[in-house]
Amino acid sequence: MKALLAALSFLLLAACDGGLWNDPYPVADGGKDILYTAFSERPKHLDPAQAYSENEYEFLALIYSPPLQYHYLKRPYQLVPLAASAMPRVTFLDRNRRVLPEKADPARIAYSVYEIHIKPGMRYQPHPAFVSANYMLDPADLGGVYGLNDFVRTGTREVTAADYAYQIKRLVHPQLHTPIAAVMSEYIVGMKDYAVRLQAAAREHPGDFLDLNRYPLPGVEVVDGMTYRITIHGKYPQFAYWLAMPFFSPMPQEAERFYAQPGMRERNLSLDWWPVGSGPYYLSENEPNRRMVLTRNPFYDSENYPGEGQPGDAQAGLLADAGKPLPLIDRIVFSLEKETIPYWNKFLQGYYDASGISSDSFDQAVQVSVSGEANVSDAMKTQGITLSTAVATSTFYTGFNWLDATIGGNSERARKLRQAIAIAVDFEEFVSIFANGRGIAAQSPIPPGIFGYRDGKEGINRYVYDWADGAPKRKSVAEAQRLLAEAGYPGGVDAGTKQPLVIHLDTTSGGVGNKSRLDWLRKQFDKIGVQLDVRSTDYNRFQDKLRRGDTQMYYFGWNADYPDPENFLFLLHGPQAKASKGGENASNYANPEFDRLFEQMKNMDNSPARQAIIDRMLEILRRDSPWLWGFHPKNYVLQHQWLRNIKPNIMANNKLKYWRVDVGQREQLRRSWNQPELGPLWLAGAALLLFAGGIWLMLRRREEAR
Amino acid sequence: MIAYLIRRILYAVPILIGVNLLTFALFFVVNTPDDMARMQLGIKRVTPEAIEKWKQQRGYDKPLFVNSAVGGTDKLTDTIFWQKSASMFVFDFGYSDDGRSIGREIAKRMGPSLAIALPTFLIGLIVYVSFALLMTLFRATALDMAGVALCVLLMSISGLFYIIGGQFVVSKLWHLVPISGYAGGADSFKFVVLPILIGIAGGVGSSSRWYRTIFLEEIGKDYVRTARAKGLSELRVLFTHVLKNAMIPILTGVVVVIPLLFMGSLLTESFFGIPGLGSYTIDAINAQDFSVVRAMVFLGSVLYIVGLILTDVSYTVVDPRVRLQ
Repeated sequence: MKALLAALSFLLLAACDGGLWNDPYPVADGGKDILYTAFSERPKHLDPAQAYSENEYEFLALIYSPPLQYHYLKRPYQLVPLAASAMPRVTFLDRNRRVLPEKADPARIAYSVYEIHIKPGMRYQPHPAFVSANYMLDPADLGGVYGLNDFVRTGTREVTAADYAYQIKRLVHPQLHTPIAAVMSEYIVGMKDYAVRLQAAAREHPGDFLDLNRYPLPGVEVVDGMTYRITIHGKYPQFAYWLAMPFFSPMPQEAERFYAQPGMRERNLSLDWWPVGSGPYYLSENEPNRRMVLTRNPFYDSENYPGEGQPGDAQAGLLADAGKPLPLIDRIVFSLEKETIPYWNKFLQGYYDASGISSDSFDQAVQVSVSGEANVSDAMKTQGITLSTAVATSTFYTGFNWLDATIGGNSERARKLRQAIAIAVDFEEFVSIFANGRGIAAQSPIPPGIFGYRDGKEGINRYVYDWADGAPKRKSVAEAQRLLAEAGYPGGVDAGTKQPLVIHLDTTSGGVGNKSRLDWLRKQFDKIGVQLDVRSTDYNRFQDKLRRGDTQMYYFGWNADYPDPENFLFLLHGPQAKASKGGENASNYANPEFDRLFEQMKNMDNSPARQAIIDRMLEILRRDSPWLWGFHPKNYVLQHQWLRNIKPNIMANNKLKYWRVDVGQREQLRRSWNQPELGPLWLAGAALLLFAGGIWLMLRRREEAR
Repeated sequence: MIAYLIRRILYAVPILIGVNLLTFALFFVVNTPDDMARMQLGIKRVTPEAIEKWKQQRGYDKPLFVNSAVGGTDKLTDTIFWQKSASMFVFDFGYSDDGRSIGREIAKRMGPSLAIALPTFLIGLIVYVSFALLMTLFRATALDMAGVALCVLLMSISGLFYIIGGQFVVSKLWHLVPISGYAGGADSFKFVVLPILIGIAGGVGSSSRWYRTIFLEEIGKDYVRTARAKGLSELRVLFTHVLKNAMIPILTGVVVVIPLLFMGSLLTESFFGIPGLGSYTIDAINAQDFSVVRAMVFLGSVLYIVGLILTDVSYTVVDPRVRLQ
């Protein structure tokens, strides 16, 4: 009873402090310029040399400033300078290092030199690493230190070109795992040897701080305080996209030295946990079990809101903040939400400013019109919630193993079998049933918005679709059956052996939740009389099977690193076969003509000639059908009416710096939506008292009777 | 008693070695160090060299149990098993596979777990025992029947329903507490009150019925008849005599779980966003982080053993006839 009274008094006190009872945030934060959002999985890495996942880039893209970034408003996605003062100047050289003209034949280009000038005056976030006294710390000095906020003194300094060069060297640091180290070693001149030299140095002096500046990297040259050059082998236009990723952010050597001190690691103080950036925000609170907070970098003043966008952006209010210094919000609070139900309910209460939509809440949030257009439901409209959608630069596909004797390879029989299956498996239906319509059936590996993608009749996969009434129409099951018969499996039975054709699908989706999807897939195969055998396995065994080329069919997906067709078509490039070369071509697909065209296309600038080559490559792929092309997912994001400057941008991970919150409106609406209902509390109290009174009376009567 | 305790603690050592060995064997039957490396390094652009480097840096490039490449004691000590297990006996849990200090993580997560588990346990115990005594007091009456029916009803409902239903009604409809989240210090109250109430409500059915059975067994004994014959009130009989004598079976089930309260609750913490230890082990299993798994299994075993010893000790407190020898 005492505990109950205490609880009640606390709740009453909470009511008196002006805060809402169900407000999950401190009362002191009320009315402040804070954006509230959530994350469901803690980031594994925050070191820009190691991080590579979307959930890590969500933070890093706001903390670090690589030379380039994607324009927030313009489409198709376009690179613009971020830390660089202008786009890099690219010079082509022949093998004798003589300068070649800009339009030189790619075959003659032995080297490309990227000269990058960074903006002067950019400064790092406040950090103890910039205070010299913090370099001679004894483990005993760290007694009360559990986070960066426990250091009394912090400092900053100007970002220099040398910091960018230093970070590139870190990509092959022997103690770090950089996912792109192998790719970059292929391109950046001297990087492969540099990695070997660093490994030898680390072996020679184990445990010592490895000073990368003592070892020059030939492909990276610091020209002056604000200029550096990167020399890469051959012509590789996609290199510019890498320059927009955190891998190429500046890294002050002081930060590495600071964290290398004894006692730091034991306190989880490392560059992988506490980044040191020069971007619009810095990580001021890092409790990934609960919340992570980004606070405006007080020294960030090098960027303004873009002044131009697409037609219609101005009318949509997206240029209202043009020219204003970024970021527009002071603080971003990311709260850990592992479960979708609390996350969704908190969004509806106004405690998250924007939200994705889980399948559970889709019907509550979205209604799809007869024409297939998605809109928010009436309930959402009443709350002033709006919806933004964008097709992701991703693809989910089902691959056939090219090494498989039945379904793989270049024979006409196998090709027709794959084409028949491609017609039978209706991905429009899949998207409608399992993704609530959030996706479009793919015509090739290239999603919309990427150069090489063609819309309309020209862009359809004519082996699976016909063009009818201005839209692609999947060919009939009869057509699939005809192809199957031509492949030697009339009615799904092998004409030679008279045995039914069984295709095996390897998947990690074995749980109850996935049963309906697998049943659906079986039904699709059943349409043409082919039996589908699902071999569910754990993730490790699945990966192992792929590596050994021991599958027949498998599910997979790819999320683009950068918006270029090369980043999708390389997934089917023969020399990158997984089984023989350990590459990303999990289907082990090999077609000499496709491979030749890929080599030709990958180093070209976007042009009609490149489009023509891509058209030919896609035609080869559609005919060979090494994948069921699956679908490209659509991202749906709901946002409250107080959020401004929202435009979906799949490539930009730093979009939160453009967002603005109308704090007053949010406060007012939150208050009107979340007033506590005290009636049930009084009722519960009265019921309890009544019950206690009744018991007391009964006991009294009983005692009196005795 | 001291000798008994020392003996029990010494017994614990082979048990802990066994638990360690079993955890190690089970983990590495399912996962190889290569699998662990791949899980940590992700799917995209992972090279065999990166996998080797990862294993080497974390000591997973060594043999599991016996290193035949070296001589002497190194044969046993220069192995994954030894290097990952020996230090735990001095409670040095080392680092997780993603490089964080496990000891620090456990220390940090223990508080929020306890903030939920301890009040749930204590208040719950009081509520369950009181409710059971009440049913015993009014045994064989309509009130008792209604109580038992209520218990059966509450037992039949899934724990998840209490959580989702509680969040829906108390947080979403009535706006009385936040749906999920956590804050340190006094601010934690509004976040923990609902999980605690739900935790208590979820246990009322089974626990109260169990205690009711114990009390009913006690109430038929001779000393109770004697107490009544002395003219003591029914309340006094129950709370002074029956409760005291029922303590042994109650303590058997209760004391053993006290140390395990540190380990938290997976479901509650996950749904309420409590940054406790409940999800630490599960997250580690999903991430194939052996360092965390073995640390948490080891800690769980130690706490369980401590709980059993405490149970034995508690017998001597409530029953002077019990001697630990």
